[in-house]
Amino acid sequence: MKTREYCVTQVITNGICIIVTICAILPFILLVIASFTDDSWAALHGFTFFPGKWSLTAYQYIAAKWATIGRAYLMTLVVTAIGTLASLFISVLFAYGISKQNVAGMKIISFLLIFTMLFNGGLVSTYYCYVKIWGIKDTIWALVVPNLMMNAFNVILIRNYFVNSIPASLEEAARIDGAGEFKILGWIILPLSKPIIATIGLMTLLVYWNDWQNGLYYLTARNGADYFTIQIVLNNINEDIRAISAAVTTGTMTAGVSLPSTTIRMAIAVVGVLPILVLYPFFQRYFVKGITLGGVKE
Amino acid sequence: MMGKGNAPAVRTKKKFKRTWPFYLMVLPGLIYLLINNYMPMFGIIIAFKDMNYSKGIFGSDWCGLENFRFLFGTKDAWTITRNTIGYNVAFFVIGTFLAVFLAICMNEIRSRTASKLYQTLILLPYLISWVVVSYLVYAFLSGENGFLNKSLFPALGLKPINWYQDKTYWPYILVLVNTWKSVGYSMIIYFSSIVGISQDYYEAARIDGASKIKQIRYITLPLLKPTVITMFILSVGQVFRSDFGLFYQVTKNSGALYEYTRTIDVYVYQALMKNADYSMSGAASVYQSICGFILIVAANLIVRKYNRSSALF
Repeated sequence: MKTREYCVTQVITNGICIIVTICAILPFILLVIASFTDDSWAALHGFTFFPGKWSLTAYQYIAAKWATIGRAYLMTLVVTAIGTLASLFISVLFAYGISKQNVAGMKIISFLLIFTMLFNGGLVSTYYCYVKIWGIKDTIWALVVPNLMMNAFNVILIRNYFVNSIPASLEEAARIDGAGEFKILGWIILPLSKPIIATIGLMTLLVYWNDWQNGLYYLTARNGADYFTIQIVLNNINEDIRAISAAVTTGTMTAGVSLPSTTIRMAIAVVGVLPILVLYPFFQRYFVKGITLGGVKE
Repeated sequence: MMGKGNAPAVRTKKKFKRTWPFYLMVLPGLIYLLINNYMPMFGIIIAFKDMNYSKGIFGSDWCGLENFRFLFGTKDAWTITRNTIGYNVAFFVIGTFLAVFLAICMNEIRSRTASKLYQTLILLPYLISWVVVSYLVYAFLSGENGFLNKSLFPALGLKPINWYQDKTYWPYILVLVNTWKSVGYSMIIYFSSIVGISQDYYEAARIDGASKIKQIRYITLPLLKPTVITMFILSVGQVFRSDFGLFYQVTKNSGALYEYTRTIDVYVYQALMKNADYSMSGAASVYQSICGFILIVAANLIVRKYNRSSALF
């Protein structure tokens, strides 16, 4: 039975959600339309949702510059793949180890992990250690290593999954049959842990895909340009704008810094987010799961 | 089973034979924690040194609290602290209010497809990097061809605003952008918490003739309170940290906006990378770490008292 209250509630709640949804995606729509707007038309009328003149120039520019941008894309893929796999490898092994709380020392080791969530050395000493001691400046390690086990919370989520969602009897049975611990983890535990691995894996993948900070800290344009990812390229354009506007205000115009036009910049941004926009709907449920796992602890 | 005399030693040995794989498993992670976390923790002594890069940490002279005295002698120390804490408070209050409101609306929607669609799209901004967000914001605010200055304002007969030079608007812009990016995330947390509320309560309320508004007021909101409080306490622990990307990228790190946009993280970055000033950046960085540590521990003590199971440790 559909009462009057039911109908009113549906109209109001759907209405509110539709408005918020539109607000959420409107900037993306503007970005995409801006990238297809004719440059000289945009200079006169600005970016709008209904440009008077469309153009593919920005994308032709990207196609022409594919040597740079394609390379950055490839770098993003390489760094994301290596980083995510290495991160999962370390995290899963660590999580399985500390899930054995009755093994001597594991409580202390868990605490060592948890303590990293409470206290950190901060950017200055982290930077100093990585650059001065480990020498990762201008190497590919700069993009992989700092994010490896960044989020201790993820490790704890995997550990909790091992403890709470996998029956201990399975392990015991395998152990009695003479299986080694690595075999148990690889052949019994992991196949049963696909949901949590997929969730944490996707969250990690996103961190690597979106990372621009490590490029900003550790890669210099002179020696690190080989390792620029698409996010770093986008950030570098921002840095160039900053340098130019600073030069304009101080009156010392720097020569040799040329900027791509705004439409081209928008097109590069579109290229940078496109994979996320395209793939996200297929993986949406894992993200939602990851968030609810992280937010509401059980 | 064994002779009594050498039992402990044998037992330890035997135990180790069984448990060594576990130690091997945690080894890579432990090495990583040492490199990425524990070595930098000792590196905080930089803040207490008159740092000379060529001499290294250990070669540089101690200078006690001199760096801190210098940092807190500047006006910057107050500004960055105020901004960091102030924005966190605003983000939490506005974000929570909106997220709870949305989660309640979402829960009332009967069409599963529609609700899925809304959730998917509202979460979208959460997935993109701050660099890309800075491009999105720039498409709106740019002086050259931004949507607002070149398209919307002329149509409304308003004067263009030099957004990246005029600091007065930035508290609102930053709150708006941050809420836009993160509301989907917190909405999902509150939504999953509402979904977990037993339907029996609502059934009973309906039989008693309670309206939808009354059900929300007297059932949903009170039962959501623990989640809100947990989220609150967690964010208290983070109040000295700021999202570097938001304050650095979205503002285009424009110096004219610093008074309202510079947080501790931006200050540390600026002092370290642009000025290579290890003393100031080190002092600010340690100030942030220590205040953060104290707050997290304090917040956790409160959680434990309030609700043991949601305590971090």
